[in-house]
Amino acid sequence: MNASLNYLDGNAAAGELSRIFTVDITSAEGQCANCGAKRRFAEAHLYSHCPGLVARCALCGHVLLRLVNVGQRVLLDLTGMRYLTLHPTQQPEASS
Amino acid sequence: MTWRSAKVVGLHDETATARTLALAVRDWPGHVAGQHVDVRLTAPDGYSAVRSYSIASAPNSDGRIEITVERLPNGEVSPYLTQEVIVGDELELLGPIGGWFVWRSYQSESIQLVAGGSGIVPLMAMIRSRRLAGSSAPFRLLYSVREPEKVFYRDELRAFSNQDDSAVITYAYTRVTPKDWPRPAGRIDASLIARGTWPSNVRPTSYVCGPTSFVEHATDLLIAAGHDREKIRTERFGATGERK
Repeated sequence: MNASLNYLDGNAAAGELSRIFTVDITSAEGQCANCGAKRRFAEAHLYSHCPGLVARCALCGHVLLRLVNVGQRVLLDLTGMRYLTLHPTQQPEASS
Repeated sequence: MTWRSAKVVGLHDETATARTLALAVRDWPGHVAGQHVDVRLTAPDGYSAVRSYSIASAPNSDGRIEITVERLPNGEVSPYLTQEVIVGDELELLGPIGGWFVWRSYQSESIQLVAGGSGIVPLMAMIRSRRLAGSSAPFRLLYSVREPEKVFYRDELRAFSNQDDSAVITYAYTRVTPKDWPRPAGRIDASLIARGTWPSNVRPTSYVCGPTSFVEHATDLLIAAGHDREKIRTERFGATGERK
């Protein structure tokens, strides 16, 4: 396996993020603070084979999110995103 | 979201290395096709391991879901789930998870599904959801698989493609083909995309699921064939097939 393909999608962070946020972050649109690309968080490249999670912009590779569990604490760095557009009323589990 | 207790209520082998587990989940809120769950196993010494598995079953209201697990040679969790688990066992489960890689039954546009190996699982939930909802959204599935014996849900997929003209399946075998198969074994390519998927002028929404290298390759082929990146949703497995 090519090391450069050693990532998943932002989707794969949904479980970890659901422990912190009440809305689904992966379907939120975020803007990369570096290149300005506007993408769903689910489309970011996720690196999970480390002590925490690192999500990078699929376009420019800039770090969008870092999340580390330290004992009972969670450290979350979102400085790589200018904003996130959330849809608090749209419940992903609301089955059609 | 909190961990829920899930009882194993059924087991069914899909292939020699993959097993479907039917789970009755306490207070299950229902799900949307394409979502996944995290499964946590805890050893007597307190060591625990969490893995993500796509839900294979259609949304329903009976509090049951199915997951299909491919056994990985060096896996930590998948050998247990495919070989050790028995009916009546309890697992811990978090979910449903993810709101992006989903198909909702009110979506009426044409749908292109592209599966690599066990990437068929969340796409099968979409196919089942379509049937259950009586949807007539035109579906096509391109299913890339190592060999015929590795095909999941074989009979159900055959029934799906026989039921109406708006559900079409194209198989691509990467290592071994059935006898007299017209296309030699090999990864999917531009000619297969041209033959086995919607033309770009149909503007389908595409769902691509499989190992990361497969998803990259399939997505590049779709874009080269004129599909809009904005309409392609992807879900990648890790190199090991276990997502975390």
